[in-house]
Amino acid sequence: MVRLISLILLLATWWLISQFVEPQTLPGPDRVLGAIAAQMRSGDMFFQLGVTLARVLAAFTIAMAAGTAIGLLMGRVKLADRLGDPWLIVLLNLPALVIIVLAFIWGGLTEIAGVLAVAINKLPNTVVTVREGARALDSGLNEMATVFALSRRKYMWHVVLPQLGPFLAAAGRSGLSLVWKIVLIVELLGRPNGIGFQIGVAFQLFDVTLILAYALAFVAVILVIETAVVQPIERRASRWRIRTS
Amino acid sequence: MPLAGEFGQVEVRIAQKSFTSASGERFEVLRDFKLSLGHHQVAALVGPSGCGKTTILRIIAGLETDFEGTITRPLSGKLGVVFQEPRLLPWRTVEDNVRLVAPGLTREALASLFRDLDLEVHRLHYPGELSLGLARRVALARALAVEPSLLLLDEPLVSLDEALAVRLRDQLAALIASRPITTLLVTHDLEEAIRLADRIFLLSPRPAQVIAEIPLTAPRSARSEREVARIVSEVACRMTGGALRPGHA
Repeated sequence: MVRLISLILLLATWWLISQFVEPQTLPGPDRVLGAIAAQMRSGDMFFQLGVTLARVLAAFTIAMAAGTAIGLLMGRVKLADRLGDPWLIVLLNLPALVIIVLAFIWGGLTEIAGVLAVAINKLPNTVVTVREGARALDSGLNEMATVFALSRRKYMWHVVLPQLGPFLAAAGRSGLSLVWKIVLIVELLGRPNGIGFQIGVAFQLFDVTLILAYALAFVAVILVIETAVVQPIERRASRWRIRTS
Repeated sequence: MPLAGEFGQVEVRIAQKSFTSASGERFEVLRDFKLSLGHHQVAALVGPSGCGKTTILRIIAGLETDFEGTITRPLSGKLGVVFQEPRLLPWRTVEDNVRLVAPGLTREALASLFRDLDLEVHRLHYPGELSLGLARRVALARALAVEPSLLLLDEPLVSLDEALAVRLRDQLAALIASRPITTLLVTHDLEEAIRLADRIFLLSPRPAQVIAEIPLTAPRSARSEREVARIVSEVACRMTGGALRPGHA
């Protein structure tokens, strides 16, 4: 309820400001909604959303999978941590733009170069978060797994992963929003389609309505993913916590 | 036909085991510790707290590898361990915790194990919903579910209230007796050891050594209050007789 009121307040503020400025500078919510509807009717909106979403999911999956593996290794093996830490610091501090530009120079203006550039941007963040989780693994449960000779697969699935849950959720949450922002830059710089490309076109025309239309449409998509996919998974994973606390 | 007598036989020879404390100081926990167990025997290690009993169990379980000596464990068969803390997976139900370590367990075997330990109604509960006594029983069920040839118990009854401890003790005795398991339990409570074991090893304070070995010949069920009291006082006598140095820790 409070969330809804807060959202309505945001829209009202936007509408109010739009009443006092030129529509070219800040169009009202009604205009933006109209633009979204128009783009939907022409089918363009769905295509661009789909392309961007596919890139987001690909980059997100690569970054999470590789980041989890590396983070686990660094969290559990001291040598790996020492070896990997300087690389991690370099990667963490390399600006997204530099990685993207270099990826396009070295890999050509290709889909793979674009997706990898985004994944590499997200990777160190996942590594750092998962490493913290791996360091905090319960040694008592590890000993239990050793004593009962649990297989590697069972150990990972039943002992390690549930403990990493909160860390993976944190990495995933911040990851999804980070990744889609970087995907837009990649599309702006080196892809012929997607939301980022469309916003680039709109920028050249100074079309604020179109920029907002595409941006808000994508925010809505992420919101749906968040409530329809991420939250149910989290609820399922933390069932035991709800019942015990 | 393999020699049945070698099944479940345990030989422990620990020449020396020491730990390094956080401040870099080395201290010796065990020296010249020897122990051998015949198959299907129930032995108890009894000693003052901090004497290294748990370390002995951990070495036998293979959790401590940095020591001088040798451990011979049954070649065939599995190991079941009940740690002092239950060490259950909080995110798995009671039933899943048990099934996880014993995937081959039949439905009937699991049901009878839960029945013996009064855990039937708790099957679908999570460990966080259980009291310590219940969680201990789940840990015990888990250790027995793997059908171990060697069972290690670390203070299985500690910090339970009197009535609960007695009940779990009797359940434990019955469960061990009905199975072909070699059992080693660690406790600081002599009476508990007398009620459960066939042989008792009395340990000295650190570095732990066996200072006396008490075979209990009477069957477990025939150990009356008086019999238990007699053994307790006999042990007390021996200890004041100089065999046990008073702990100065």
